[in-house]
Amino acid sequence: MISGRCAACKSQRRKCPPDCIFSPYFPPNDPQRFACVHRIYGCSNVGKMLQQMPVQMRAQAVDTLYMEARWRIEDPVYGCVKLISQLHQNLGDTESELAKVKALIAFHKLQISQVNELHQPNLDASQSNIVEQFQFDYPAQNHYPWFIN
Amino acid sequence: MMASSSSYNSPCAACKFLRRKCMPDCIFAPYFPPEEPQKFANVHKIFGASNVSKLLNEVLPHQREDAVNSLAYEAEARIKDPVYGCVGAISVLQRQVIRLQKELDATNAEMIRYTNTCTEIIPTHHHHHDAATRMLGNNEGPDVGGSSSSLLAQSPSSAAFYYPSPWNNDLSGDAFHHIH
Repeated sequence: MISGRCAACKSQRRKCPPDCIFSPYFPPNDPQRFACVHRIYGCSNVGKMLQQMPVQMRAQAVDTLYMEARWRIEDPVYGCVKLISQLHQNLGDTESELAKVKALIAFHKLQISQVNELHQPNLDASQSNIVEQFQFDYPAQNHYPWFIN
Repeated sequence: MMASSSSYNSPCAACKFLRRKCMPDCIFAPYFPPEEPQKFANVHKIFGASNVSKLLNEVLPHQREDAVNSLAYEAEARIKDPVYGCVGAISVLQRQVIRLQKELDATNAEMIRYTNTCTEIIPTHHHHHDAATRMLGNNEGPDVGGSSSSLLAQSPSSAAFYYPSPWNNDLSGDAFHHIH
């Protein structure tokens, strides 16, 4: 029945059999979904991928294929990989920031404890070495090795 | 660095895989050197040769190397994780970013409390705090935009770089495999 064809079979201009592998995941009311996936991966590649995985995983697989296809259409050079790179960069920056703030807290804790111990108003002499006592290890720049220039 | 296998009369990895003659103007040759056969095999399995060729023709020549490398990355991710591919990695990274940002927010709040305490008990020694922030901000670690001197005035969440999660399901992260 022509009206019952899934988006994949409509796009491919063929009959949609009852056991069509695409029909559960490409409803006819969302032609854009199949169009994106077909444009990036191709119909037969998607069919092969779906055949090779358990039925219960196919819906999620199609969702992620669709997402990646859309990213690639929006950004033909980097696709979703740019986002991964930015997230790695963001993680590295946030870790560095966190390390700095923790270091400052440690410094202030020491300051406070020194004041409490000594009970002296003028602490210049004893505090002059405080800053030099602290050595901090920052996350290495290559901790997140993905770089895209 | 692009390899031009056709100049050595050796077919590129793509033409070797496709069992065809590698022409001098082969679009794949600069990006799929014969010594990296797996790269094209992966890309071919997920995207197909003609789709890759179309994609390369859509981008400018100086962008093609990056395009091929990102396609190879996506293909490898999809082969290792056929269900989630790169989306699994993105989901895990986003959760790590959110978790780390929350920790940074809490730590910044703690920092403000300590600063206030220091101001109360050591009112004449602000210059030692400034010395500490200067030390931490000057070439002592990765550059984060020189923000250390204004840490106290900084909004706690200003370092955040949020992406809306593309994946609403509660992924356990078990399906994610480290790509590198």
